[in-house]
Amino acid sequence: MSEFLQQLLNGLSLGAIYALIALGYTMVYGVLRFINFAHSDVFMVGAYLGYYLGKLVPPGTLWGGLFVLFAAMIGCAGLGMLIERLAYRPLRGAATLNVLITAIGVSLLLEYSGQRFFGAAPRVFPPIFPERNFQLGALIISTNQLVVIGVAVLLMLGLQFIVYRTKIGTAMRAVSQNPKAAQLVGVNNDVVISFTFGLGSALAAAGGILYALNYPSIDPLMGVMPGLKAFVAAVLGGIGNIPGAALGGLILGTVETFIGGSQWSTYKDAIAFAILIIILLFRPAGLLGRFTAEKV
Amino acid sequence: MLHVADLSVAYGAISALAGISFTIESGAIVTLIGGNGAGKTTTLRTLSGLLRPSTGKITFLGEEITATQPHQIVARGLSHVPEGRMIFANLTVEENLAMGAYLQTDATLNAKNRAYVFSIFPRLQERLQQTAGTLSGGEQQMLAIGRALMSNPKFLMLDEPSLGIAPRLITTIFEKIVEINRERGITILLVEQNAHLALEVSRYAYVLETGRIVMQGPSHQLRHDPLLKATYLGG
Ligand SMILES: Nc1ncnc2c1ncn2[C@@H]1O[C@H](COP(=O)(O)OP(=O)(O)OP(=O)(O)O)[C@@H](O)[C@H]1O
Ligand SMILES: [Mg+2]
Repeated sequence: MSEFLQQLLNGLSLGAIYALIALGYTMVYGVLRFINFAHSDVFMVGAYLGYYLGKLVPPGTLWGGLFVLFAAMIGCAGLGMLIERLAYRPLRGAATLNVLITAIGVSLLLEYSGQRFFGAAPRVFPPIFPERNFQLGALIISTNQLVVIGVAVLLMLGLQFIVYRTKIGTAMRAVSQNPKAAQLVGVNNDVVISFTFGLGSALAAAGGILYALNYPSIDPLMGVMPGLKAFVAAVLGGIGNIPGAALGGLILGTVETFIGGSQWSTYKDAIAFAILIIILLFRPAGLLGRFTAEKV
Repeated sequence: MLHVADLSVAYGAISALAGISFTIESGAIVTLIGGNGAGKTTTLRTLSGLLRPSTGKITFLGEEITATQPHQIVARGLSHVPEGRMIFANLTVEENLAMGAYLQTDATLNAKNRAYVFSIFPRLQERLQQTAGTLSGGEQQMLAIGRALMSNPKFLMLDEPSLGIAPRLITTIFEKIVEINRERGITILLVEQNAHLALEVSRYAYVLETGRIVMQGPSHQLRHDPLLKATYLGG
């Protein structure tokens, strides 16, 4: 029983990280209808920003950790907006395939620039948050896990607030449903798209730092696997659906952790993808996705 | 209010408008009638900035808007109720109206416009929290018009508001259009295939045929024009 709870806790904290990344995929898909393959590399840059900023603050303090987290989120928001401005905006209105190929190009550019500037060798991520383990019965909870879950929950609540309660959030949903109609009510779609990239990239940076805290080695290709999993999570939940991305991330992280702790652990990635295929067979639009039929 | 000179628009190699010119006086209801594929929707989409003309010039309130961005055109007081209504189906009625007022920061003015929308379409107030996609076709049209009114327009363009709506509701909607024009002093450009109705409520009419204006005149005169009767008014 306690082992089950322990695994559940580990699974949920991994899932929370997938969820943070998945939100960026799904939001960008929502407004532009394409998969931003470079998103997983923004996650990597977030971890590196955390690595360098982590050297500026005293290790093991809550305020230092939060400062690093916040600064890396702002940095990556800027990077995401820059990528959108330089690489994707000139292709507005072009065929989706062209945009997808550009996204792969941007992804490779970030990965190999990462190797060039950060070095290809893995680095140990500094312990920016206080590190302690709490014993709760047989359950061991680390402060890092608490940070992951706490930060992820707060960010997702914040996102929920922005998307469903603010003017720019309503505009994001409007652009996602009908970009032309959004223009006709006075929305500058470029601003909304840029904002969406900033928001998604900030969440990816947070995901990158939380990931690096728990698997304390980072390298320029570290985004590839979590990025792929998060993409799966977004599709699982229903691409374009925000609560779906969060749910998909949590499911995937939990399943992966349980399988990883079982006798089939070598197949854990294969099983994660098999789950995706099975769910999509029964619910082609994902768990929370809907094919909306518009009245004409 | 609006002046269009020699406007041509093409979709790739296909020409949709071949040099049309027209003028809309302030305070009037003007209609643009024509059959399927005549170029009516293309005209409206070009006026609101969604399409770029290959030649021609559009002047709104004395200023050229030919190359202006759609959101800036809305800001100047030109609002477009598009063909097929294009409401935000997953947003509530309330959120749709809020989106209509996207550029309006004056809370008093917003409250006033909202009250006006509810006064002409009480149905919308009853359904504020309903997801817009679940409204009936007629209610969606009311919402589309209400959303456009929330932008506090000086000039309102309506693209086939009668499309796919029960005859009884069509009458109501046309009455409201006349009311909006009379009570709020909003100039209206009404695009219709239903020429009967359009000529009845409008002061002046233009007839569009395959991208050209082939006839124009005061609506009460066109109603009795033998040629128009034969083509658009069913004999
Ligand atoms: N996106 C498009 N791509 C290519 N051609 C188009 C496009 N939209 C319209 N057209 C063409 O342009 C011409 C004018 O179309 P438009 O939609 O303006 O007509 P309309 O007068 O609004 O017709 P309806 O009454 O059926 O709505 C038509 O020949 C149409 O086929
Ligand atoms: Mg049309």
